[in-house]
Amino acid sequence: MLLFLKILKAGIVTEPLAPGEPDVIEVAREVETKARRLLGRAVAIREVDAGSCNGCEIEITGLTGPVYDSERFGIHFVASPRHADLLLVTGPVTRNMEIPLLKTYEATPDPKIVVAVGDCARTCGVFRGSYAVVGSVDAVIPVDVFVSGCPPEPTDILRGILTALDRLPKRKRRRDGT
Amino acid sequence: MTADLMMAAAQGLLALFLAPGVVGLVRWLKARLQNRRGAPPWQPYRELRKLFQKEVVVSRHASWLFHLAPFVVFASTLAVAVIVPVLAVPLLVDRIGDLLVVVYLLLLGTFFLALAGLDPGSAFGGMGASREVTVAALAEPTLAVAIFALARSAGSTNLGEIAARTTADPLSAVSPGHLLAFAALFIVMLAETGRLPVDNPATHLELTMIHEAMVLEYSGRYLALIEWAAALKFLVFFILLGNLFVPWGLARALTLEAVMTAVGVFAVKVVVLAVAVAVLETRVAKLRLFRVPELLSASFVLALLAVTSSFLLR
Repeated sequence: MLLFLKILKAGIVTEPLAPGEPDVIEVAREVETKARRLLGRAVAIREVDAGSCNGCEIEITGLTGPVYDSERFGIHFVASPRHADLLLVTGPVTRNMEIPLLKTYEATPDPKIVVAVGDCARTCGVFRGSYAVVGSVDAVIPVDVFVSGCPPEPTDILRGILTALDRLPKRKRRRDGT
Repeated sequence: MTADLMMAAAQGLLALFLAPGVVGLVRWLKARLQNRRGAPPWQPYRELRKLFQKEVVVSRHASWLFHLAPFVVFASTLAVAVIVPVLAVPLLVDRIGDLLVVVYLLLLGTFFLALAGLDPGSAFGGMGASREVTVAALAEPTLAVAIFALARSAGSTNLGEIAARTTADPLSAVSPGHLLAFAALFIVMLAETGRLPVDNPATHLELTMIHEAMVLEYSGRYLALIEWAAALKFLVFFILLGNLFVPWGLARALTLEAVMTAVGVFAVKVVVLAVAVAVLETRVAKLRLFRVPELLSASFVLALLAVTSSFLLR
């Protein structure tokens, strides 16, 4: 009973999506309109850790919590690439994760979107040049949107996903851009 | 006769198209109870629409069984939805099947889903299938025995007949047999539809999955059919709980007024049960897998007591 009193007292704690820095998100290639329309309001995400330090994973975990609540945008995480529409890839691609990453990409049914999260996914970060690292994520699979940050904030990750789907409110984005 | 058949078709379709909304409603209620904004209750419809238009990726190890299973699962669940009394009793279609047909049609879907989980040879599929069969083997006799307790007091295994008899004799709804059977059936509902505390419908951890683990290999329209069938099964259990134990509001004659009242009362029953499930899922934690049989045997004992008391207290 105490639990429900507490729930009632706390109320809804979900925060509206804050406008962030515009240069955090880089669109590598435009997602097709058809895919956008299909995935618009129901997106299943498969998270792939291609060799990250788990810093990005901790931020991604925040997405499902009550504060960032990705579910209000119809975004939820799934357990299988076959159920997924969007791959959220973190970390520099290590030699051991190159084939699993490729296989995950192949196992995802079309149309699919790839969002690379964190500095490592884009530039390999501090792991650049290591013998264990193949390269950035776009050296292995085509990436649609990069989200930079070490690690990026949950808001930025959410905005990155929404940018790939072209679902960020237009008005807000123009204000950020100028 | 024609009106009768049309009514049967209409209530089957109503259940079919209402089912994703009920799952969405439970998810929305749970989100609110977690202090989240959550997806709107109609979110599952969007997901189904999306899945029906997506590509189907099939493992190269999968056989014809993998392609057949989604259709068997969907068709068997839809058949159950047509047989159970949704809005009106007694209808002619009641005679197609009684409670045994309902129980075993539901089990047919489970059986094919378990086979399809094994078929592509993935480790999680096999694990999920073995767990699902364990749960089904324990839950299915309870389901049959719990409804049998009702059949015993109604003198018929026909579902429409059971509902009609209880309406005629309102006191029997609070008899110990009915109350115990209701508790047993509620536990079975949680187990069979993959709800907490037996299975977690929102889990992403392969090691804790039961239902999800079997369908990991499915994609596109196959996944849509399976998800839709799962939602429909959830609603079928709501219908069994709501209309067999509390049959008031069911239309006894096919007049417009009676049917409209039936639709309204049915909506109230579904919402009450959805709230009950959402509150329960917020309150309880998932049971350790080895303790699930204890819960299910407790529900079987409840069902058995229900039958016993219906014999003793005639």
